[in-house]
Amino acid sequence: MSQGNMNLTLKVWRQKNEKDTGKIVDYKVSDISPDMSFLEMFDVLNEQLISKGEESIAFDHDCREGICGMCSMFINGQPHGPNKGVTTCQLHMRSFKDGDTIVVEPWRAAAFPVIKDLTVDRSAFDRIISKGGFISVNTGNAQDANNIPIPKTDADAAFSAAACIGCGACVATCKNSSAMLFVAAKISQFALLPQGQVEGIARAKNMVAQMDAEGFGNCTNTGACEVECPKGISLENIARMNREFFMANIME
Amino acid sequence: MSTTSSTNFLQSSLGKKLIMSLTGLFLISFLVIHCLLNSFIFFNDGGLLFNEGAKFMAENPIIRIMEIVLFAGLILHMIQALILTMQNNKARPIKYAVQKGAANSTWYSRSMGILGSLLLIFLVVHLANFWVKSRFTGLPGLDANGNENLYAVMLEEFKEPLIVIVYLLGVGSLAYHLMHGFQSAFQSLGWNHPKYTPCIKAIGLWFSIIISVIFAAMPLSIFFGCIK
Amino acid sequence: MSKLDSKIPEGNLEQKWDKYKSSVALVNPANKRSLEIIVVGSGLAGASAASSLAEMGYKVKVFCFQDSPRRAHSIAAQGGINAAKNYQNDGDSTYRLFYDTIKGGDYRAREANVYRLASVSANIIDQCVAMGVPLAREYGGMLSNRSFGGTQVQRTFYAAGQTGQQLLLGAYSGLERQVGLGTVEMCSRHEMLDVVTIEGKARGIIARDLVTGKLERHFGHAVLLCTGGYGNVFYLSTNAMGCNVTAAWKATKKGAFFGNPCYTQIHPTCIPVSGDHQSKLTLMSESLRNDGRIWVPKKAGDTRKANEIPEEERDYYLERRYPAFGNLVPRDVASRAAKERCDAGFGVGSSKMAVYLDYKAAIDRYGKTQAKKLNVTNPTAAQLREFGKQVVEEKYGNLFEMYKQITGEDPYELPMRIYPAVHYTMGGLWVDYNLMTTVPGLYCLGEANFSDHGANRLGASALMQGLADGFFVIPYTIGAYLSKEISVKPISTDHEAFVAAEKSVQSIIDKLFAIKGTKSVDHFHKRLGKIMWDKCGMARNEKGLKEAIVEIRQLREEFWKDVRVLGTANELNSELEKAGRVADFLELGELMCIDALNRTESCGGHFREESQTDEGEALRKDDEFAYVAAWENKGDYTYELHKEELKFESIKIAARSYK
Repeated sequence: MSQGNMNLTLKVWRQKNEKDTGKIVDYKVSDISPDMSFLEMFDVLNEQLISKGEESIAFDHDCREGICGMCSMFINGQPHGPNKGVTTCQLHMRSFKDGDTIVVEPWRAAAFPVIKDLTVDRSAFDRIISKGGFISVNTGNAQDANNIPIPKTDADAAFSAAACIGCGACVATCKNSSAMLFVAAKISQFALLPQGQVEGIARAKNMVAQMDAEGFGNCTNTGACEVECPKGISLENIARMNREFFMANIME
Repeated sequence: MSTTSSTNFLQSSLGKKLIMSLTGLFLISFLVIHCLLNSFIFFNDGGLLFNEGAKFMAENPIIRIMEIVLFAGLILHMIQALILTMQNNKARPIKYAVQKGAANSTWYSRSMGILGSLLLIFLVVHLANFWVKSRFTGLPGLDANGNENLYAVMLEEFKEPLIVIVYLLGVGSLAYHLMHGFQSAFQSLGWNHPKYTPCIKAIGLWFSIIISVIFAAMPLSIFFGCIK
Repeated sequence: MSKLDSKIPEGNLEQKWDKYKSSVALVNPANKRSLEIIVVGSGLAGASAASSLAEMGYKVKVFCFQDSPRRAHSIAAQGGINAAKNYQNDGDSTYRLFYDTIKGGDYRAREANVYRLASVSANIIDQCVAMGVPLAREYGGMLSNRSFGGTQVQRTFYAAGQTGQQLLLGAYSGLERQVGLGTVEMCSRHEMLDVVTIEGKARGIIARDLVTGKLERHFGHAVLLCTGGYGNVFYLSTNAMGCNVTAAWKATKKGAFFGNPCYTQIHPTCIPVSGDHQSKLTLMSESLRNDGRIWVPKKAGDTRKANEIPEEERDYYLERRYPAFGNLVPRDVASRAAKERCDAGFGVGSSKMAVYLDYKAAIDRYGKTQAKKLNVTNPTAAQLREFGKQVVEEKYGNLFEMYKQITGEDPYELPMRIYPAVHYTMGGLWVDYNLMTTVPGLYCLGEANFSDHGANRLGASALMQGLADGFFVIPYTIGAYLSKEISVKPISTDHEAFVAAEKSVQSIIDKLFAIKGTKSVDHFHKRLGKIMWDKCGMARNEKGLKEAIVEIRQLREEFWKDVRVLGTANELNSELEKAGRVADFLELGELMCIDALNRTESCGGHFREESQTDEGEALRKDDEFAYVAAWENKGDYTYELHKEELKFESIKIAARSYK
């Protein structure tokens, strides 16, 4: 078994509940193995806290293989830490050096209120999807799947947009806390498919309206979201959403 | 699904972006004309051609109307920017202790508000120096062709080192504002395509550099006496 | 007389489902509006069931413990979803899919259920495409297929390596649509902690709001458990951290029987454990075995680096033992063979619990073909290698990248180290043909039930089952029950049964806080996992299982005396959540061992060392064990076995051979 040899100083945001003001608290961890994931390092810290009789740090996580989108730490000023194309659970400690100080904060956005410590409420995303992130087809209505040929390039582009894991890193990193990349990815996925185009107008209008109602900021095209997105969702999707939305408003 | 949203298009986040981009592009088109006309000074003919151009701009009825549209566009651009900035600030009430913006975006793309504010300050100085004089308070005499001598004002102003520095700072802000603004306007309009976007970005970059260099060359060449 | 009535319709296998559908009782639209259904879990089965039932007009409430229904662990499935579409014109049919699934399950699944699964499989693909799931396409615009283990046709539909994600997001979008329409009430960050039964029927649940800690009572005319598998009883598995057995286990305490608990699937190609800190294991798609060669050194305890071991000193043990199938033997066979080598001291890596999956031969081979394709004459060795790497990258690039991310090693240069890991549980709540448990009104769908995969699940079949249950089975079968419930008015949650259930949940929470012990929940979970893995893992024997039962009992006692749960119950408290789940695992683990001890044959994922052929292969005992073991929880950690005989009318039982 590999032995850990890294000693780190962690500055972690602690906040009892939504109403608490919260503050950054310093912790030391030692004997951290470079093979650990960032979350496993937090497991070690939590074990340490429990053994001292202190409450563990709350953070969201589930699949720990980079696909569920639940983990959400803002590490040293970047969502999911310094590496490109990975979520926090896939960030490994070998990306840090012995003696490093690491600042860990929750996603910060008015639309993502902190529930506790590093856990935030991202249900705004669900509400946006519920306004139009779907195709209105009831179970049992489908024709044969091969009846509508879809050009491979469109199918691939739709897939690339659909690869969004809804983690919220785009909102977290955006200087404006804008959710446009998230919303655009879903609007794009359906705009690229013939099945989705049927409801394109209502979808664009309803989803954008809900996005605005949730209190996300506005896009200033800095492109930070695209860079920090663990799934590499492209800015092209935002442009496509803009087109869809403008056309929707011209048509109706 | 039925359309359930009743929000006003132009009041939506995307509507505001549309206004920003359209007004921005309109202001860019003004910059091109302004730059072209001002470049007449480089003929170094004692400002005759330049004053001729200034006269045209002052007397042509279409230009007169466009001037009003221009101011309207500028004000709209500023008001929208102000609203957007306020909304954006509200969208993150608690800031990060550490945010490493440099890892994912350019500083000027994140500083459009500051750059725009600097431009506004510059614009006030600039308008006070030239536009107010030519339009309201009057100019000092006529040139050899009998046109009002705006050129003489220019020579006078740019002898002052402080004014030159203010202008260079203004032009610098303009360069960076454009570097992001130009391509950003296209993105906001929904014009992003893997084939054409690199081209738009390159044009935006070169446009920002060239137009700013030409503008910067004006006070500098007068200050250093290359143009008399 | 057995208490188990599987309610399989009469008639020919091929016609059972169609006949059933046309004769099952219906609920008229007006009555649907007044019938409430609770769905626990929002994965493929839960989300598809909830949206389908809401579309039909029922009032639906959905619960999930994650922050959003989109996070359910169905999302992590990589490979694909099977469907008997026969788009490839390669002779596929409903019967073949049915046959492959029964055979793959080592003849321990119920024929009628599996046939129904196979017959609705094609509808699933149609439905998902209509919902906008971007499945992979060919240049002509038609859907693409790939082949998968255990079959001879190409029937697997996929979306790159993220099929589960795309299907789940499709089901989630259908669910969110209903949420938007107001027909589904979604309760995220809620954990079900008990089933409420009134006069023997399931009538609701007790759920804890994980943010406020408040216990809530929810009434339903029927309750659907779609809560996934229990692989986390092993602590280390490819399951998500939150996967648990709690919902299903609480159901057993209210009378639901647990079917075949010992059937667990150990997936052969996972990234090995790197240290004690390890919190979960990551799967590498089975497709890697198409091109990779698996080996260990011939010398036990060889400490040389992989590259320093010459060809003649390597033991390609799968190719040696199974010349016909080689590296492509089914999952259970490959897993056991790796364990056998490592136990015998031939394991590699710092832990010695890993084998090599080597791409050097594939890189060389592809390099040569690529050189020919590109008309490069006399390529240098370096060029060949580069060409080969390019081809491998195209095919498996994302997996290699994932391996590198996790281990820090470059798999293009060094052979990958792999080891089997717990991946899926075929066992689960016993259900009849209607997917109803032994508690009337309590249904179980997806991985949480036992029904379709027998003793071993084939690749790309889990997604199929989840969606089949939710989209196409439960909307029909629930009518058989609810049509008799239309006169039942919603029962007040002040009913004594709700009060009592909440009280019992509260008392468990209070008890956990009151212990104020010295060891963390994870401490116990890890120890339980080790017992399970060592003694009820890839190979089991009587002695080990008996020891395990004693050890688990001791561990459980220790847990209830010495666990430390800090914080309070009125807040987000992950330690409390984990404690409740581990407490249930500590009971389930024992039942798994009891079941494994009872089943003295080897079949599928269950390998009893006492029951093997001379060559060390699994030996089934069809005369004695062609039954489903359904365990009734009698309280005080005692369980009574009920047997559902498996009758094979359409398939002739045969031994599996891969030599």
